[in-house]
Amino acid sequence: MKATSNEQALLKGLASNDSAIIEQLYKENFSTIQAFILANNGSYDDARDVFQEAMIALYEKAQSGSFVLTCQIKTYIYSVCRRLWLKKLQQLGRYSQPVDNLEETISVEDDLEQHAKHDAAFAIMDRALKSLGEPCKSLLEGYYLQKMDMQALASEFGYTNADNAKNQKYKCLMRLKKLFFAQYNIGE
Amino acid sequence: MEDFILLETIEKYLGNQMDAQEKAAFELVRKNTPEIDQMVVEHAMFLQQINEYSAIKSIKQTLAQTHQNLLERGEITNSNELPSSTKIVQLFHKYKRVASIAASIGGVIALFISGLALYLSPVSHSNQIQQLSNDIAAIKKSQQYQGKLINEVKSKLPAGVKFISGGSGFLIDAKGFIVTNAHVIKGTGTIVVDNTGKEYVAEIALLDKEKDLAILKINDADFTSKKSLPYSIRKSTTDLGEEIFTLGYPRNEIVYGTGYLSARSGYEGDSLSYQLQMSANPGNSGAPVFDNAGEVIGVLSTREAQLEGVVFALKSNNIYKVVNDYNTSNEGGKDIKISTRSNISRMSRKNQIATLESCVYYVKSFDK
Repeated sequence: MKATSNEQALLKGLASNDSAIIEQLYKENFSTIQAFILANNGSYDDARDVFQEAMIALYEKAQSGSFVLTCQIKTYIYSVCRRLWLKKLQQLGRYSQPVDNLEETISVEDDLEQHAKHDAAFAIMDRALKSLGEPCKSLLEGYYLQKMDMQALASEFGYTNADNAKNQKYKCLMRLKKLFFAQYNIGE
Repeated sequence: MEDFILLETIEKYLGNQMDAQEKAAFELVRKNTPEIDQMVVEHAMFLQQINEYSAIKSIKQTLAQTHQNLLERGEITNSNELPSSTKIVQLFHKYKRVASIAASIGGVIALFISGLALYLSPVSHSNQIQQLSNDIAAIKKSQQYQGKLINEVKSKLPAGVKFISGGSGFLIDAKGFIVTNAHVIKGTGTIVVDNTGKEYVAEIALLDKEKDLAILKINDADFTSKKSLPYSIRKSTTDLGEEIFTLGYPRNEIVYGTGYLSARSGYEGDSLSYQLQMSANPGNSGAPVFDNAGEVIGVLSTREAQLEGVVFALKSNNIYKVVNDYNTSNEGGKDIKISTRSNISRMSRKNQIATLESCVYYVKSFDK
């Protein structure tokens, strides 16, 4: 089943972080996943975490331009959630035969492997930023995440001028890079 | 301090914020200084990572916000309970087409399988095996043809009687005792016909329905008893694979058939019988089953209705039992003596048959 043009539009919306489209995807799929997880030894919190992780995995796929979904989005999300949750159950030693609601599934092993790499990189960056401490963390987040310009950052953080802020930012950046690359192995 | 300037330059370069002249100059530096080239690659990778981090962080925020919004609007629930019936109803509506198709396919398959099972499964016992006696219907068919023969020899049948059943039988004592199946004798009177077409009146000496054996005694002035029988009747059981042959009357003429012993027990493990592989037809009931040496090993009695060539014969030791019963209950009359020596064992099959032929009778049972 090829994704219809409507489905492709949804993927595009997800890739560009369009909140209306994300809400639509969320509304259409969450309760199915919730039902699956509740039926398989999970809780509402588990359902939320697993669902959001699956949405992120789908987002990562949608980000890579060459991506074409070979099944319906709901099938993909269900398959990813199912795999993620069964893996989690296995880690927790609570594994039992999965209970399904007639949903079809596809193999998502490769995608999840890819997602796990992204997830690991995300966690390293997150840790590195947190161990930087303030004001470095906020300064870098302001510059790289919120894309603020140096002038705005200088006034926000109370630097006398943009150049001082810039110098401070580069100091922070050097530290962050050191922290990040200490854990992130190139070529992994 | 120099590092900062370098880093700023690299960032400008990677962010495409240089003019053409600057860019060309920097690319030259990059080309000539491997360390700087390495820093550019490393920083590009870092920027990619931080951009990815940024993107995922913001999508995570969107997801968390969306979750919160939907929860507040009641479009999703934070319940830990399994979905209620409404969810099941939803699922039912969602899948009812699929389910109905599946159900009808299931139905068709079920019908097909039960049909197949019905076709392949054993039917009840009575249909499964067939007695090999001739019943009225079968005999009626052949009677027109037979009528001529009966007229020729001036039938000894009492006037106004009806054939009930018929089959084969063979001598077990030269004085005129014949063994056949009990199911062959459905009427009250019998006549036996030998291989030349001569009829003799016989009386029923013993009828053992349990063993399905009957003893007839020829009671006819025309009958001349033989000195001795050419064959014996085996007391012990016979081995699997033993080649066997039979002589019987599936038609008005004696018919020879061969086969082998295929099992030590009969239908559904019946230990009184053997299973044989040979062809047999109604009329063969009561016929003797001989081994190669010309010794009687059994009495042909039934066949499996559904399987061609699967025939059952009563073991010959049963003959000894009924003869014993007869001798003990028979006071004053002559005892049956079974010959225990076969004198045709070295003969060729043709000669064996020629000798045996005259000892095998066509048995007809009639009723008034």
